[in-house]
Amino acid sequence: MRAPSGTGPEVAVGDVLLSVENVSLSFGGVKAVNDVSFDIRKGEIRAIIGPNGAGKTSMLNVINGFYHPQQGRITFKGETRPQMRPYEAAHGGIARTFQNVALFRGMTVLDNIMAGRTLKMHASFFWQLLHFGPAMNEEVEHRHFVEEIIEFLKIQEIRRTPVGRLPYGMQKRVELGRALAMEPELLLLDEPMAGMNLEEKEDMSRFVLDVNDHYGTTIALIEHDMGVVMDLSDRVVVLDHGIKIADGTPDDVKKNQAVIDAYLGVAH
Amino acid sequence: MHLIYQIFIDPFVQMGSAPDLFVQTLWEGLVAGVLYSLIALGFVLIFKASGVFNFAQGIMVVFAALTLVGLYAHGVPAFLALAITIGVMFLLAMAVERLVLRPLVNQPEIILFMATFGLTYILIGFGELIFGGDPKVMITDQLYLPSGSYTIKALGGFVQMQKIDIAAAVIASAMVASLAVFFQKTRIGRALRAVADSHRAALSVGISLEYIWVTVWFAAGIVALATGIMWGARSNVSFALEIISLKALPVLILGGFTSIPGAIIGGIIIGVGEKIGEFYWGPLFGSGIEEWFAYVIALIFLLFRPQGLFGERIIERI
Repeated sequence: MRAPSGTGPEVAVGDVLLSVENVSLSFGGVKAVNDVSFDIRKGEIRAIIGPNGAGKTSMLNVINGFYHPQQGRITFKGETRPQMRPYEAAHGGIARTFQNVALFRGMTVLDNIMAGRTLKMHASFFWQLLHFGPAMNEEVEHRHFVEEIIEFLKIQEIRRTPVGRLPYGMQKRVELGRALAMEPELLLLDEPMAGMNLEEKEDMSRFVLDVNDHYGTTIALIEHDMGVVMDLSDRVVVLDHGIKIADGTPDDVKKNQAVIDAYLGVAH
Repeated sequence: MHLIYQIFIDPFVQMGSAPDLFVQTLWEGLVAGVLYSLIALGFVLIFKASGVFNFAQGIMVVFAALTLVGLYAHGVPAFLALAITIGVMFLLAMAVERLVLRPLVNQPEIILFMATFGLTYILIGFGELIFGGDPKVMITDQLYLPSGSYTIKALGGFVQMQKIDIAAAVIASAMVASLAVFFQKTRIGRALRAVADSHRAALSVGISLEYIWVTVWFAAGIVALATGIMWGARSNVSFALEIISLKALPVLILGGFTSIPGAIIGGIIIGVGEKIGEFYWGPLFGSGIEEWFAYVIALIFLLFRPQGLFGERIIERI
């Protein structure tokens, strides 16, 4: 497979790919994210963890441009902005999956993953209307790429099934496929293993590691299952009530008293 | 006994005894059906991409036709007028996206539906202001659309076919075929369907909602223009045409709101059903069946197959 081909300057492995600085986001009086800073380095698997309502998904939505923070800066590939927009994020090479699966339910698995190629395809409106010439060649070429992803995720036998009919675990896998079709530089996974049984979790963990290994994709993931997080991730940032309480390797974080308190609760 | 004979046997005897008349009625129905399909197609396009039932589609037909005829009346050459009208439909699409859809993003569908009501009355007022309310004649000859008719000797009688009807059928088929392929097989088509399914997922893969909405409304505008020309050529161009958009409802119920082939087949079933019903069963009810027959067909469908012939079955997981 080809190297990621987002726009902007190349970032070397180990350098900072994305950083958020002093980001605050509130909805009315509720502070969802409060003055949070961290970075994501190229090539790593970065986990964002925390108890319910810690602001993890809000953080992901900020990175991806769905939410616009009131304060702070986001630097992606050396470019600093007060906020992202979804199109900029997608165009720059940020792909994501959703906590409660957002697929195109009426479309087949194949079409869903092909939709991930939207930004990579350029044939003009005119040729597409005729469904001929450059538009046809392009379809064939991208279909080829999509078939590789389908093979990688081992979902060959369901390629023509409308995704609305698939079991939940499979839907999650298709959603990962759609994100991969964007050849992302940064892949945001919002609870990729939520609601899965042990076997499905193991499959998904393997896919996440493989994506990181084979394609060198940088991954930021939110996960509740501590076991999974500790096994998968290179570095972990811990949020609680919108505030960053810890940041470091899994081992460091595990020993951190603030993290233990947040997860187990403390006597007040 | 006599009534049963009249309903179930007599019409078929008539069909058999005068096959030329039957074929003629069938043809009339087919042509009306093709035009219904065209209107329904405009609805389906917008419904697919934004989940909005666009009440203004009927008036868009009138508005497009009026613009074309009005420009010609002011001395603009026919084909230039056609090009300008296409431009106007594009501007309309942009305006709708910017002024109606964008401020109402993420609002419930009923709100968007009501907004299209508003749009209808704006277009009526705007159209009357500029072009006046009196009926106008479509510039058929100037656009090199054929007039006159073929008379075919067949089945022991004559079948008459208006050339404009044949042209309408050909143009409509071409339009429908290209749109169907466009929707199913291309990047933009896929993006359109994606937007219809999930806004946030579409945004996450970098599809721009603005672009998609302008595209569908423009496509619906082009379909409206074609419909306006064809209907205008058969009667004339006036605001009364807006009523035909109500006929699109039974067509959509029959075909399914999200299916392009459904719109076509639904349109043809309604068109043919109406004409045959009127001709053979009409006298039993003192005529006028044509006005309501379509709605009865639609009601029956609602009872047994609410998603229509080709609509996507909605499966909710609980």
